[in-house]
Amino acid sequence: MHTVFIIGTGTTPVAEHYTRTLTDLALEAFSAALQEVAPAVAPPDIGALYVANALGEALAGQSQLGAFLATATGLAGIEALRVEAAGASGGVALRQAAMAIMAGVHDLVAVIGVEKVTDKLDPEVEAGLALATDSDFEAEQGLTLTAQWALLMRRYMHEYGYMADAFAPFPVNAHANAASNPGALYRFAINADKYRKAGQVASPLNMLDCSSLADGAAVLLLASERRARELGLPTIQIAASALATDTHALHARRDLLWLDAVQQSATTALRQANLTHADIDVLELTDPHGIAAALALEASGFVERGTAPRHAADGGITPTGATPLATGGGYKARGDIGGASGVYQVVELVRQLRGTAGAAQVKDAQVAFAQCLGGVGATAVTHILVNTER
Amino acid sequence: MDLAKHWRQKAARYRLEGQRHRVTGDVRFPAQPAIPGEDTDVWEPFVFSGQGEIYSFAVLRQAATGFEQIGPYPVALVKLVEGPLVSAQLTDCAEADLAIGQPVEMVTRRLKDMGEDGLLVYGYKFRPVLR
Amino acid sequence: MKQPDRPVGLVGYGVYVPRYRIAGKEIARIWTDGQGGVPVDAKSVPGPDEDTITMSIEAARNALARAALPATALSAVWVGSESHPYSVKPSGTVVAEALGTTPWISAADWEFACKAGSEAMTASMGLVGSGMADYALAIGADTAQGRPGDALEYTASAGAAALLIGPAEQSVAVIEATLSYVTDTPDFFRRADRPYPVHGHRFTGEPAYFHHIRSAATRLLDKLGRTPADYTYAIFHQPNAKFPQSVAKQLGFSNAQIAPGLLSPQIGNTYSAIALAGLCATLDVAQPGDTIFMTTYGSSAGSDAYSIVVTPTLLERRNRAPLMSSYLARQEFVDYAVYVKWRNELVLG
Repeated sequence: MHTVFIIGTGTTPVAEHYTRTLTDLALEAFSAALQEVAPAVAPPDIGALYVANALGEALAGQSQLGAFLATATGLAGIEALRVEAAGASGGVALRQAAMAIMAGVHDLVAVIGVEKVTDKLDPEVEAGLALATDSDFEAEQGLTLTAQWALLMRRYMHEYGYMADAFAPFPVNAHANAASNPGALYRFAINADKYRKAGQVASPLNMLDCSSLADGAAVLLLASERRARELGLPTIQIAASALATDTHALHARRDLLWLDAVQQSATTALRQANLTHADIDVLELTDPHGIAAALALEASGFVERGTAPRHAADGGITPTGATPLATGGGYKARGDIGGASGVYQVVELVRQLRGTAGAAQVKDAQVAFAQCLGGVGATAVTHILVNTER
Repeated sequence: MDLAKHWRQKAARYRLEGQRHRVTGDVRFPAQPAIPGEDTDVWEPFVFSGQGEIYSFAVLRQAATGFEQIGPYPVALVKLVEGPLVSAQLTDCAEADLAIGQPVEMVTRRLKDMGEDGLLVYGYKFRPVLR
Repeated sequence: MKQPDRPVGLVGYGVYVPRYRIAGKEIARIWTDGQGGVPVDAKSVPGPDEDTITMSIEAARNALARAALPATALSAVWVGSESHPYSVKPSGTVVAEALGTTPWISAADWEFACKAGSEAMTASMGLVGSGMADYALAIGADTAQGRPGDALEYTASAGAAALLIGPAEQSVAVIEATLSYVTDTPDFFRRADRPYPVHGHRFTGEPAYFHHIRSAATRLLDKLGRTPADYTYAIFHQPNAKFPQSVAKQLGFSNAQIAPGLLSPQIGNTYSAIALAGLCATLDVAQPGDTIFMTTYGSSAGSDAYSIVVTPTLLERRNRAPLMSSYLARQEFVDYAVYVKWRNELVLG
């Protein structure tokens, strides 16, 4: 099996890109990634294109994004496909792309994560996100993805004895980190007091504990180890890639406050990489709400059940903590880019491993953990990245 | 417009019909087809009592398409007395009335109004017990 | 009208009243600056997810629970209403599905202004009394419409009542006799596709409500050789608080006789449901051997009169489902703005 390296990255800022199309965004990020690897890599070197996108049909009115973006990016004719796994699309596309290299089918491929959501109004966006719930028995009952997280948060508070503001450290950390990320949607700090006073969106989730969906594109260029060395770009290795699944419907789960797929994908990934939790220097999780980050930290095995809010309150998730989280702002402050989020996560972690993450840089970061979820963890994909040169 | 999509769920939606395992007596909601390896008739229809308690709840102020006009509205995971959890709206209650563990009962209400030339979709919701 | 071949009665009964109310004074605040009297103190308001179908389902479930019958024992589910959610698509089929009675059942909708429910009741008596069915469910339910600012807006309310008609020997109350009196008297009507009915103001009184109820009631009393004093309780249609009290007095019934079934002062006029709900509320307090006289009224125009005798079976079945008092007790008042929002009277585009 071939080892896979990330040789180039590119992103657009996460924003309400009203003047720009899905194609414009994909092209900007793709060009930025090419710029990073030029002149060693040129478009004809790319063997296949994997497009991560969750809501193309629902919100952008476009399907078959593989062929669509292959043409738009000047790669017309190559193998290209779109990967959809709701919010996990980015991680799943990355895994598909990496597997093509591992198998020796291709030795240099591109992953474009792209989402265009601001063409639609809020109720349609909520309905789009609700597609990640069980259609007949959740969405048709009026539940949304946000509602699902809110239900878990209320139950978590009940079982472990927290008040809602125990979750404030998650968005406070995310916003603090985003302030120095020029590509983040919300580049301002918030504090626990503002969190307490924020209006309810899906109580107990308030406005400052809910991410905003926005437009953007992020690109990763992957190569086999041999190819990466030829090109002189062998730094970030994908040391592990693992995907697991769970039920869409919360009501079908055995233990609501335990994300089985998260646990399974995290455990498998750590085993593949032959690493332990203590080896992980920096993390990206699906963290549109504090409760999401908390449940992922717990099921991934970084902290004990019921302790994530305390861990966060103790500074555990800041850039100097034991599990630095959302260093680029996370879903909450960088912005939730739907199916592209998983690609943005990896771009942020590559910055960390390269030591170019600016104010939110985790000192001497060498091993990073990227995990993205579809729905409330119906799909969970975990990647572990290692800087092989530092 | 979805017609068959709602029509085929009427037993579950209107009267909370799920399934009971003919051998073990286990019950589940909603009904599911037998999985490969299972006898196709081992799960029989079973109508739940509609009695349960709030396992968790949230009040939505950002509704999805089709639910804008009833907002804000509460949703819950309801633990039925027979065991399964159900995701559903709560009705006939204010947020201040609600608590985890509170007894609720199933009622059949309008779930969705698909517009002047559309279907009215009916289905289960839960409310604080009347008596 | 003749009587059934085999005696029939109510083997179960159930009511439903929404949780919400609006005060007459709140409506008057908007339209008359609070000046003048109001015809009822408050009226029931359907929640945003309620309609004739949903209310019928709950009342029917209560009736079935009292009868302790499986839903499949029913041969008919008939819903009387002037506010069926669809113009074309029966309420009865949805109710029948929700009860679990389908598919071997007759389901249909009835319409006769405020006496659509008692039409279904009389028809059910015929079905069971002829031996074509053992059990039939007659429902009266309405989310009544009143033009904003119109006198009807104060009273047009929401509720449902379900009467499970079956063999007399299994009944909580036996229906001894019934008759109907019908003329074409246009006191109140709503044209197809119009949202609100129109009414004939004072013309709705003497030539309409009073004449028809008096005619039907007097005829039935005469046929049975009874007087009002022979009855423990009486129920008359309740378009407001005053009319039923006036017609009772004209016929010779006392305030005490009509008190348990007089619901309009608290919940307004639930149209097809109000007289049947009054009967149910009376059964909630009646004792074996008590006699009940009921006369319904539907505009444009007709009345059905019934003579009913309570059996000892009532006592064991009464508490198997919520009493009317449970529904009356959970009242939650809303203001006119919320009421308008829920009535879909805001133009949302």
